[in-house]
Amino acid sequence: MTTVRMAPETTLTPDSPGESAWSRRHLLDVDDLTADEVELLMTTADAMKEVLAREVPRVPALRGTTIITLFYENSTRTRSSFELAGKVLGADVINVAASGSSVTKGESLVDTVKTLQAVGADVIVMRHGRSGAPYLAARHAACSVVNAGDGMHAHPTQALLDLYTVRARLGDVRGRRVVIVGDVLHSRVARSNLWLLTSLGAEVTVCAPPTLVPRGLGDTHEGLLPPVRVESSLDRAVEGADVVMALRMQLERMHGGFVPGMREYARLYQVNAERLARANPGALVLHPGPMNEGVEISHEVAHGLQSQVEEQVANGVAVRMAVLWLVTRTRAKGVA
Amino acid sequence: MSERLLIRGGRVLDPLSGTDAERDVLVEDGRIAAAGARLDATGARVIDARGLFVAPGFVDIHAHLRDPGLEYKEDIASGTRAAARGGFTTVCAMPNTEPPCDTRATVEYVLRRAGEAASVRVFPIGAVTRGREGKELAELGDLAEAGCVAFSDDGAPIADAMIMRRALEYASAFGRPIIDHCEDPSLAKDGVMHEGAVATRLGLRGAPAAAEAAMVERDIALAEATGAHVHIAHISTRAGVEAVRAAKRRGLRVTAEVTPHHLTLTADAVAFGCAGGDALVYDANAKVNPPLRERDDVDACVEALADGAIDCVATDHAPHAVIEKLCEFDDAAFGISGLETAFGLCMRLVHEGRVPLARLVEALTLGPVRALALEAHVPGIGTLAPGAPADVVVLDPERAWTVDPSRFASKGTNTPLAGVALRGAVVATIAGGRVVHEEEVAVA
Repeated sequence: MTTVRMAPETTLTPDSPGESAWSRRHLLDVDDLTADEVELLMTTADAMKEVLAREVPRVPALRGTTIITLFYENSTRTRSSFELAGKVLGADVINVAASGSSVTKGESLVDTVKTLQAVGADVIVMRHGRSGAPYLAARHAACSVVNAGDGMHAHPTQALLDLYTVRARLGDVRGRRVVIVGDVLHSRVARSNLWLLTSLGAEVTVCAPPTLVPRGLGDTHEGLLPPVRVESSLDRAVEGADVVMALRMQLERMHGGFVPGMREYARLYQVNAERLARANPGALVLHPGPMNEGVEISHEVAHGLQSQVEEQVANGVAVRMAVLWLVTRTRAKGVA
Repeated sequence: MSERLLIRGGRVLDPLSGTDAERDVLVEDGRIAAAGARLDATGARVIDARGLFVAPGFVDIHAHLRDPGLEYKEDIASGTRAAARGGFTTVCAMPNTEPPCDTRATVEYVLRRAGEAASVRVFPIGAVTRGREGKELAELGDLAEAGCVAFSDDGAPIADAMIMRRALEYASAFGRPIIDHCEDPSLAKDGVMHEGAVATRLGLRGAPAAAEAAMVERDIALAEATGAHVHIAHISTRAGVEAVRAAKRRGLRVTAEVTPHHLTLTADAVAFGCAGGDALVYDANAKVNPPLRERDDVDACVEALADGAIDCVATDHAPHAVIEKLCEFDDAAFGISGLETAFGLCMRLVHEGRVPLARLVEALTLGPVRALALEAHVPGIGTLAPGAPADVVVLDPERAWTVDPSRFASKGTNTPLAGVALRGAVVATIAGGRVVHEEEVAVA
């Protein structure tokens, strides 16, 4: 397919030196990104922020490119964020909502991916309830696959937008102390954040009741798991923190015996003003959304001065523009 | 029809007699006629085994032949052809078919089909409970009479301890063991792989090692309480192995088997595949139950196989159709098509010096025979004694080959070993005096 692509601004011309640092057709996770690749994503997102700030936030950079969002799970915010990102760049965006797993649907994931590709997809943005599903898709796709969240495994664009948000306020994250509190066991957001933050030198503490800490985390599993500290007391964990990230606590966890109930969970693990006061002054509060205010985060903190929740959402569009731009550049250049 | 056959000049390993020497083996009328130096081969077809090893045909006490009902995965003809290629001259067919092998009629069907289509001997294993539902005993007496050599609800653990106890007691009347798939279902829950760092990395739900150990310990307590024989299927954890070892020390009738994959592969195979590399692959072909465990568990299994705490190797051959693996990892079927790679994979342990070849051969022949008391059904099985059935395998422990599932005789190409180089091959298999497999390609 021959398309005329126009860079949204001068730093994004195909010949710019930074861009040669990007050779990935897919973005499946952040666990294997190099520091250069992360840097490129961040500076590209800066450029995208500038586009978004324009009076008419539209550039034809991805004109002629077809992006299909394939969501096996409901998600308003991530899907619309990707959709908007694609549209700002001039791409055609088609949303496909697939319900249930491939088994109940009758068509296999691989067949679905091949069909969407035959329809003309250049990029498939995929959300799936099963960990690893985008890896399967990527193995059988000639087009780009961007992981918009798979099971309990990874949510790379969320981690990237979280990083972008933190850097915008604090600069380099090296040596910064980050606390991720909540249901890490079931959280793809946490897993991707742990990889990205630790790879850039942040000191990350995971805080959760032991029932919600995945096996092996906190032990030494070099290369297999990111190096983090595990702390079961939130009061201790937030001591001296620069960033506190609360995770969504799902009500059904009490049925699995993970926690006795939301009352005790909130009492022990809620990010509230009192606990935040133990963190460094001006510490940032992040939450991937949607928030259960009054459970994992208090209303005051969620909407307080330190909260970055709205910035996260806004930055999400810019970061996803950067991702879509970069993965499609490899196609334009014919990178396998 | 059987033929007169001389297997000439091989190094004979016969675990029963302890033979480890160069011998000719003469086969007549489907039986071992003699083993000795320079036997007269007049009129016999000669298989030149010089430079090779000759052993009793392997016995697999744990295979899923999928027949009746699931012939799209495997049938008795294809499954036993795969067995022959893997050096197995006897396979015990697990009862999780459709319908399950829980009535005399199904046992008779399996035996009739085996008579018509099987390349090697098939022993049916009957279900312990009706429909393998773990609630009411199947007609074990009828099943035993029809030809079942053991009982198992394999794939489904017998969760109810009282049913397990009754099954052990009742089956002992027929001299048949209960084979249990030990996995506490409330602990294993929705686990799709071993719980541990790799599952954490992949974001997959894990089944903890404790799920196996808890039920192994329970079954040992029940074996002690009843005096009956329990056989632990596909043991995979250090804790499970140590429990069996301790039970044997106390003189209990507890036996255990281990699969080639649990002797060699770890949970890493799920994440990264068997060919190496550090990219995540979520290899559904490495999804198996019990799951591939950790290095320490593998080491415990190897040590126990070497010292006899584990009685035998069994493949848990579990063939599946391509689409049952070419899907999301969570949705993929459990199981590895293992008959054709069993020997080559186990030979890794021999080449690493961790298990002597003679012990491996024993664990593939006399070990399984004794574990299920199969000599009661076919005298001499698993040996090269004169008069024994002429089940013989010719082995080349050094021959290197690369696993190519497209060349499997099994319908199940589901192996994590595709493209993996193995050293150790089955050159020929003779079942009941008939040559059922002969390596056609000489590989460097």
